[in-house]
Amino acid sequence: MKPLSIIVNGLIRQNPTFVLILGMCPTLGTTSSAITGLSMGLATLFVLICSNAAISALAPLVPDKVRIPAYIIVIASFVTALQMIMQAYTPALYATLGIFIPLIVVNCILLGRAEAFASRNGVIASICDAIGIGLGFTLALALIGTLRELLGAGTVFGFTVYPDTYGSLLFILAPGAFIVLGFLIAIFNRITRKA
Amino acid sequence: MKSTLRTMTLSLGIIAIAVAALLAAVNLLTRRPIADAARQAATAAVADVLPPFDNDPLASPVDVGGCTLYRATLDGNPAGTAVRVVTPDGFSGPIAIMVGFDTAGRLTGYTILEHTETPGLGAKAPQWFCDTTGNRSVIGTDRPLALTKDGGTVDGITAATITSRAFIGAINRARQAINQSTDR
Amino acid sequence: MLTYLAIIVTAIFVNNIVFAQFLGICPFIGVSKRIDSALGMGAAVTFVMAVATTVTTLLQDLILDPLGLGYIQTILFILVIAILVQMLEIIIRKISPSLYAALGVFLPLITTNCAVLGVAIIVTQRHYTLLASLTYAIATAIGFTMALLIFAGIRTRLDLVDIPRPMRGVPIALITAGLIAMAFMGFSGITIG
Repeated sequence: MKPLSIIVNGLIRQNPTFVLILGMCPTLGTTSSAITGLSMGLATLFVLICSNAAISALAPLVPDKVRIPAYIIVIASFVTALQMIMQAYTPALYATLGIFIPLIVVNCILLGRAEAFASRNGVIASICDAIGIGLGFTLALALIGTLRELLGAGTVFGFTVYPDTYGSLLFILAPGAFIVLGFLIAIFNRITRKA
Repeated sequence: MKSTLRTMTLSLGIIAIAVAALLAAVNLLTRRPIADAARQAATAAVADVLPPFDNDPLASPVDVGGCTLYRATLDGNPAGTAVRVVTPDGFSGPIAIMVGFDTAGRLTGYTILEHTETPGLGAKAPQWFCDTTGNRSVIGTDRPLALTKDGGTVDGITAATITSRAFIGAINRARQAINQSTDR
Repeated sequence: MLTYLAIIVTAIFVNNIVFAQFLGICPFIGVSKRIDSALGMGAAVTFVMAVATTVTTLLQDLILDPLGLGYIQTILFILVIAILVQMLEIIIRKISPSLYAALGVFLPLITTNCAVLGVAIIVTQRHYTLLASLTYAIATAIGFTMALLIFAGIRTRLDLVDIPRPMRGVPIALITAGLIAMAFMGFSGITIG
C-alpha cells in the first residue's frame, strides 16, 4: 500500500472511533469542549506514532510469546515520557485531561495497531498508519468536542456562537457524551455503509 | 523469532534497559521545567489575587489552620496576604482556591487553582464570584459571607448551591486563618 | 466508619465509574449483551481490581514515594496489573477449574480495562490509606458490575425492538447508556457525613 492510501484508510475506512469503536473512554471523557477533545487526540497521536515506529522496528527481534508484554512496556514508556513533557510545558492542559493521559496506555487503539499493523509492516508504513489512525481519532474527538461545546455552551473553541443561556447543559454533562457519540456513529454508518 | 527462554529474557531485558534509559533521560530534562511550571503557576495565582507587591511571597509560606498564607510586601510595608485554602466540600471533589486580602482585610481577588466541578454549573465559579451582576461579587468584602439562600448577601451560582457553599465556606476559612495569624 | 460509607456510596452511585467517570467503557459495550457474561465480567473485574489496587497502593507508599520515583507510576502500574492478571489466570486454573470456566475468558481482557489502571491511579492521587483504597476499589467494581447488569437487562430487550438500521448495535447502546447516565445524575450531590 502507498503511504497516502494507508493514511486515508485510517482516517475514514478504519476510523478508530466511528468504525472500529476503539478507545471509547477518552472519546467520552475528554470531549466536553472542542479544545480538550483536540488535545487528547493529539496526545494519543504522538504516542501512537512513537510506539508504532518503535514496535515495527523491534518486532522482528521480539520472540512471539513475549510480544504483548514487550509492546506494553514500549507503549507505557512513551506515555510516561509524554506525561513528563506535558507536565513541564503544558501544565494547565495536563491538569485538564487528568487521568486520561496515563490511561493512554490502556487505549485499545495503541495495542491494537501494534498487533494488527506495526508488527507486520515496515517503519515508514507503520508511521503512516499511526498518522492516519491517530488523525482519525483526533478529528473524531475534536468533532465530538465541538458538537458538545456548541450544543451545550453555545461556543466553539471558546468563541461564542450564541448566548449560553440557550445551550442545553446536558450535552456537556456525562449523558451528552454518550448521546452525541451514539448519533455520530449512526450517521457515519448511514453514510459509509449506505444502509 | 523463536521463543526460547534465552531470547525471551534477552529481548525483554534489552527493551527494559532501553526504556529505563529513555525515561531517566526525559526525567532529567523535564525535572527543572516541571518544578518551574508549578512555581510559575503559584506565583501567577498570588500576583493575580493581590494588589501590587515587590517581594517573593512564595519564599516564606506560613501554615495556619490548614491554610497556607503568603505575605506580600511593597517597599518593605505589608501589602496584603494571599491564602491557599482547600475545601473538601465541593460537589464532585476538593476545590483549591487562592484568595487575596489587603492589609485592611478586604478581599482583593480569588482564583480557583484546582476543581472537578460540573462543567457549565459549578465550574462557573472562577467567573461568577467576581461578576458585578446582582450580588454575585465577593470582591471588596471585609467580613464573613453567606449565600442569600442561607440568609447572607452573596448570590450563589444558579443550580450549583453545593459548589457555592463550598466556595463561600473556603473564603471564610481563609479570612479566619488571617485573623488567627495576626492575633498571635 | 462514615468515611468508608461515603467512599462506597460515592463510588457506586454518585461517581459511577461507567456513567460518570467514563472508565471501562470498552467491556461495558462489549460484554453487556447477556446477563450471565455481565456477571462473570463483573466478578473478574472485582477480583482483579481489589488485588491490583492493594498491590499498587503498597508499591506507591513503600517504593515510589520514598525513592521519589513517582514519574514511573504509569509504566510500573500497568506492568503490575498485566503480571497479576496473568498470575491470577494460572492460579485460578490450578485451584478451581469451575471458577476458571466462569471467569477465564474475561481475565485477558482485563489488562486493557482502563478502569483497573484508572482506580489504581485515582487512589494514589487522593492519598487514600490502604484500607480506603481497597474499599474504593471494591465499591467501584460493584458499581461497574451494576452498570453492566442494568445494561445487559436493557440490551436483551433492545434485541427484540425494530431499530433503524444505522442505529443498530453500538449507536443505540450508547444512546441508551446516555439515558441511564441521566438517571444516575439523580444521585449526584448526595453527601454523607
